[in-house]
Amino acid sequence: MSGESATRITPGNALRPEDVAERVAGGVQVGEDVGEYALRLGDDALILAQRLGWWISRAPELEEDVALGNIALDLLGHARSFLTYAGSAWGKTEDDLAYWRGESEFRSCFLVEQPNGDFGKTIARQLVFSIFQHELYSRLVDSADETIAAISAKALKEVDYHRDHAIQWTIRLGDGTEESKRRIQAGLESVWPYVAELFQDDELIERLGGVAAHPSEMRAPFDALMAQVLDEAGLELPDVQPAMTGGRGGKHSEHLGYILAEMQVIAREHPGATW
Amino acid sequence: MATKTQSPRDAQLQPVPSAEDEAGQAYFDKIIAEDSRIEPADWMPAGYRKTLTRQISQHAHSEIIGMQPEANFITRAPSLKRKAILMAKVQDEAGHGLYLYSAAETLGTPRDELFDQLLSGKAKYSSIFNYPALTWADMGAIGWLVDGAAIVNQVPLCRASYGPYGRAMVRVCKEESFHQRQGFEILLELASGTPAQKQMAQDAVNRFYAPALMMFGPNDDESPNSQQSMRWNIKRFSNDELRQRFVGMIQEQVRVLGLTLPDDEIRFNEETGKWEYGELDWNEFYEVLKGRGPCNAQRMERRREAHENGAWVREAAAAYAAKKAQKAQVA
Repeated sequence: MSGESATRITPGNALRPEDVAERVAGGVQVGEDVGEYALRLGDDALILAQRLGWWISRAPELEEDVALGNIALDLLGHARSFLTYAGSAWGKTEDDLAYWRGESEFRSCFLVEQPNGDFGKTIARQLVFSIFQHELYSRLVDSADETIAAISAKALKEVDYHRDHAIQWTIRLGDGTEESKRRIQAGLESVWPYVAELFQDDELIERLGGVAAHPSEMRAPFDALMAQVLDEAGLELPDVQPAMTGGRGGKHSEHLGYILAEMQVIAREHPGATW
Repeated sequence: MATKTQSPRDAQLQPVPSAEDEAGQAYFDKIIAEDSRIEPADWMPAGYRKTLTRQISQHAHSEIIGMQPEANFITRAPSLKRKAILMAKVQDEAGHGLYLYSAAETLGTPRDELFDQLLSGKAKYSSIFNYPALTWADMGAIGWLVDGAAIVNQVPLCRASYGPYGRAMVRVCKEESFHQRQGFEILLELASGTPAQKQMAQDAVNRFYAPALMMFGPNDDESPNSQQSMRWNIKRFSNDELRQRFVGMIQEQVRVLGLTLPDDEIRFNEETGKWEYGELDWNEFYEVLKGRGPCNAQRMERRREAHENGAWVREAAAAYAAKKAQKAQVA
């Protein structure tokens, strides 16, 4: 885990959302399967960014306002790149996709839709998601799709920092006070039913071959690192059944409707406007 | 006669005169006369320390409370690009708060104590943040007018005689000018958008114009502390000088936006070389200052809530750090 700042990516090496938009404008167009896959990647990042953005001005310390804000901002950057790329399959922009799709058209997983709860729950969600996303992007840097590989390469550097942040806080809370230990453990129990969904393969993944990463292959390294972190933090691996989920197929938790209502309200009051 | 109880800190701020103080005062006077810089380890008059602590911490509190009206729109920003810019901006404000609290700490008051002063209502923050942010256009008006006024106020502070403050302000001002540009850009986009967007922009400018002008503080004849701050080279220009400079600046810029300012008395006086404008409602200013603005209670409640909800996290971090330190000592 590098100590490099997530905001200091050399411009030449970074693929910004604007660069992806330029590629799309230049005629790069994806097929519907790749588009659908990019939607999954983009929607997870977008919904989690939306959740984390709430913390800015509400965090336990100013340093955490900055850190959680930074993580949200990174995720929003990933979302913008993936959604711009996905949109090329249907002639849509990132904003068309973010603001004008309904709930069932989103492809986000249940985990990122979960409410922030207290800081312990937010960190538990961050721990699960950042370890998963790190495994994912580590594989996607070798994707057969050049744009997905390039977006993932930039994102991976940032997620490395997100994962470090979540691990450090999990250990600190687990080995801090009785109260913090209770809260981070409760946070883990609360998000754990939504872990299994992250690692499910499906037909889309099979059809995409070398473009996508197989979620099921990431479970073992996820479990290994998670066990190591929880051990160091003095926490228990939650013994909780996985919940029935269906985010990838457009069946979401009840939370998504509220998230979208808030996110989309101003844009939808002004159809056709630019900002 | 009843004597006022002194807190230990007040006692620290009232040094007993000694030979060392006389030498210190002479050195201090020399530095100020040379327009050079006082550094944390230097001797300084108690009043100078107190004034700076109050000013810098008020500024820090303003950054932190000032995050709220804008954070209010992070989850609703109408495009992803705007959402990213707004998030970065509000995050910068937390960063400014951090530099400024650090600068204030070099004067001897820890951040926790400064926080307590804010939460207890003893310390103030800029009244502008007690006005509500109601529409997306307010993100534009806050950037253009509120950050614009802040820049006019703060650029001279980059030369403030207290080193850590001046240096913090250099960085703050660089970021503020970026913030102002993004606010202007939001308004420009709205002003050239649909009729509803243009109306939203004009309404936001109408609401933020007067409160932004009042950010420079009371008129000069009502601002008794300013003279001392100017003698100490903390403040370089009077409230009214800065205010009229700002009016001139926005009067030029509002034309580019294709919007208007809600004051038809604005004009440039060729004789004095100054901008003139209609009388501001100082009654309202003092009302808001006394806590009766639309959002005073809400802003404080949110800050208190964040602080209280975060207490267990800070305690955990401190306990963990103490355990680590103990382990390191044993090893």
